[in-house]
Amino acid sequence: MSAAVHQPLGGKVVTKPFLILGLFVLLAAYFIARRFLFGMGDVSNMNNGFPIGTWVVLDVVIGTAFGCGGFAMALLIYIFNRHTYHPLMRPALLGGVFGYTLGGLAVMIDLGRYWHAFHLLMPWYAQPNSVILEIGLCVMAYITVLWLEFWPAFLERMPLGFKQRFGLDKVQVLLKRYMYVLVALGVLLPTMHQSSLGTVLLILGHKLPPLWNTPWLPLLFLSSALAMGYGVVMLEATLVHRAFNTRSEVTLFARLSRVAAGLLIGFSLLRWADLLYRGHLDLAFAGDLNGNLFLLETGLFLAPVFILLSDRRWSQRWQFIGAVCILAAGSLYRLDAYLITLQPGNGWTYFPSAPELLITIGIVCLEIMLYLLFIKTLPVLHGGTAAAYGRPS
Amino acid sequence: MSLSRRQFLRGAAGAVATTAASVADAAAPFAPRANKPLPPKAIGMLYDSTQCIGCKACVSACKDANGMPVEQPQALAGWNEGTWDTAEDLSGKTLNVIRVYQHGTMAQKDQEVNGYAFIKRHCLHCLDPSCVSVCPVSAMRKNPITGIVTHDPDACIGCRYCVLGCPFNVPHYQFDEALGQIAKCQFCQHLLKDNPLFSNPDPQVTPATDAKLLSEASQPGRIPACCDVCPTGASLFGWVEELQAEAERRLALKPGVVYDFPRGLLGGDRAPNTAPVGQYQPRVYGEKESGGTQVRYLTGVPPEKLGLPTLPDHSSAAVTEGVQHTLYKGLIAPLALLGGLVMLARRSVKQDDEAQPDQERPS
Repeated sequence: MSAAVHQPLGGKVVTKPFLILGLFVLLAAYFIARRFLFGMGDVSNMNNGFPIGTWVVLDVVIGTAFGCGGFAMALLIYIFNRHTYHPLMRPALLGGVFGYTLGGLAVMIDLGRYWHAFHLLMPWYAQPNSVILEIGLCVMAYITVLWLEFWPAFLERMPLGFKQRFGLDKVQVLLKRYMYVLVALGVLLPTMHQSSLGTVLLILGHKLPPLWNTPWLPLLFLSSALAMGYGVVMLEATLVHRAFNTRSEVTLFARLSRVAAGLLIGFSLLRWADLLYRGHLDLAFAGDLNGNLFLLETGLFLAPVFILLSDRRWSQRWQFIGAVCILAAGSLYRLDAYLITLQPGNGWTYFPSAPELLITIGIVCLEIMLYLLFIKTLPVLHGGTAAAYGRPS
Repeated sequence: MSLSRRQFLRGAAGAVATTAASVADAAAPFAPRANKPLPPKAIGMLYDSTQCIGCKACVSACKDANGMPVEQPQALAGWNEGTWDTAEDLSGKTLNVIRVYQHGTMAQKDQEVNGYAFIKRHCLHCLDPSCVSVCPVSAMRKNPITGIVTHDPDACIGCRYCVLGCPFNVPHYQFDEALGQIAKCQFCQHLLKDNPLFSNPDPQVTPATDAKLLSEASQPGRIPACCDVCPTGASLFGWVEELQAEAERRLALKPGVVYDFPRGLLGGDRAPNTAPVGQYQPRVYGEKESGGTQVRYLTGVPPEKLGLPTLPDHSSAAVTEGVQHTLYKGLIAPLALLGGLVMLARRSVKQDDEAQPDQERPS
């Protein structure tokens, strides 16, 4: 096992893709301003049958699942002690940093009475039965942990004299000494809130169809979030490799694939066994929208298993396809459970408006822009020699 | 020294065992917890759909009593200049609404086929409210004595989890306001505050023991506005236990028998509405639904046709809290898991550091 050297990627930050992403961010900023000036009704189609829309479901529920790369890798590297995967840790962590921080931004835009948001932190307001309270506190704590875990990347880039002047070298030593506490928290906290994102749905009762409504929701959400974590690490690393000609991690991913495949099999088994136990197996084959969505989800969850357990897992292209399938599966599962199959009754329907979607897209574009900025200027990616970075991008 | 498989398994087994023990501690994991009981001085409403004539005096009175603006749908803007409230459903401006069921020729009132019927919709003040259970900042609260479910916009963060969670789709957020808040019926608690009978938390003071208070209490302007103005007594206010008894009395009567329907406050001294009893569906809606509610319905048409959902006997709050408490009781499981994780992470990080030197930049 060679020494892991993290290096900034270098290269121009302001490129054409960067500017296009920036355009979407500006567009989103305009609509966000309207949201705060004129109310949510001005920019979104959320209503009182569907009070939760794309800002929460796409940016927070799915977005934080995309940010589970850090969680997934920390579990594997530090808890199951597979240090071969160490080169993947920092980029995964960075994905988590932005997935969660911008998920938090989306929450602040979505809250109707956002100026009271600090009430979540005040013990005298706390209502301990609320799942949302637990998620809010857990996510806030996790964002803190993620930034603290990432902080060494900043510190490594700073010149020693600068650090000594502000006492940051002592901070660096402190962080290093207690990193294991942060790592442990970085596995506990997502376990809690990713499963709770499933528990949230239990209050829906009759409004959530039986194909999705089960007491096992917490475990199903947790396992799919973990699988998505592995998926996003594979996806992101493959994209970066293709765009910036960095070191290929095909061999590592071939091994990682088996872990992801295990989770996907477990998820699917639990779901179908539970459906059988509750006596609703016939609903899956009813041929209506709900039944077909359920079958589609199952297909997307199992397709990667066939790819990732066969010899195809050594091919970068198939790894990429497998990763995309995992992410699509987990995303569709969350989208179905939170929005598409929700039946409030009384004729309520919901489809996001264009401004609403543009805000969602803008937040994702901001994530990508910041990710690119950070990998180019900070020691995140596992580097080879500096000569490897040929083309400017 | 690397972490051997045996050591890892030992550490992991310890963490998992502690976690499993704390989770298995619950008698039946994932079972809904017990339903909440009726509060000691639970007040409520009985709405009798067969006696409702759809006059909507209650809708107008509610707007008046709560200072809510009129509803002006865009389609009717041509002639509605703000003097006519055309509420079609509950909304950020409408806390109480009358809706109509229509079928076929609509020849006969309270008939399911080829008939029509009225239904009053507003907060049912559940015994085990989903909204109270899900609210992160205690903006939704249930009064422990009277059972009224109130909302405090000064605590509310606008997450709209209550809107999502209510099985009756009652709380409505004002999406069209920049500083929107949640709107829902609060039983005219501002009027009840001035009512000596209901503002007294002393359990000794009950209708049976204080007839004078009862008479005072049923004066106009001292009970919820909708029950105050209802001409037929379709909306009736009172103690939940007495209202339940009244509902069961009506269910036992033969249709067509002439009955004195009380108006305003049950047990008060207003002149009753003498009218023939209708044909009822053989149950009181709200007695068991979602763990029971304090606003209950007698209907001629099946409740689900009137928009009242079919619900199990336990509340959704009981389901969610059953799962949440199984996993998090006393935070034992998370802390045990954290302990195990810290142990494993510490060993692992130490190993990692021994194998890889620190990166440092020269100054």
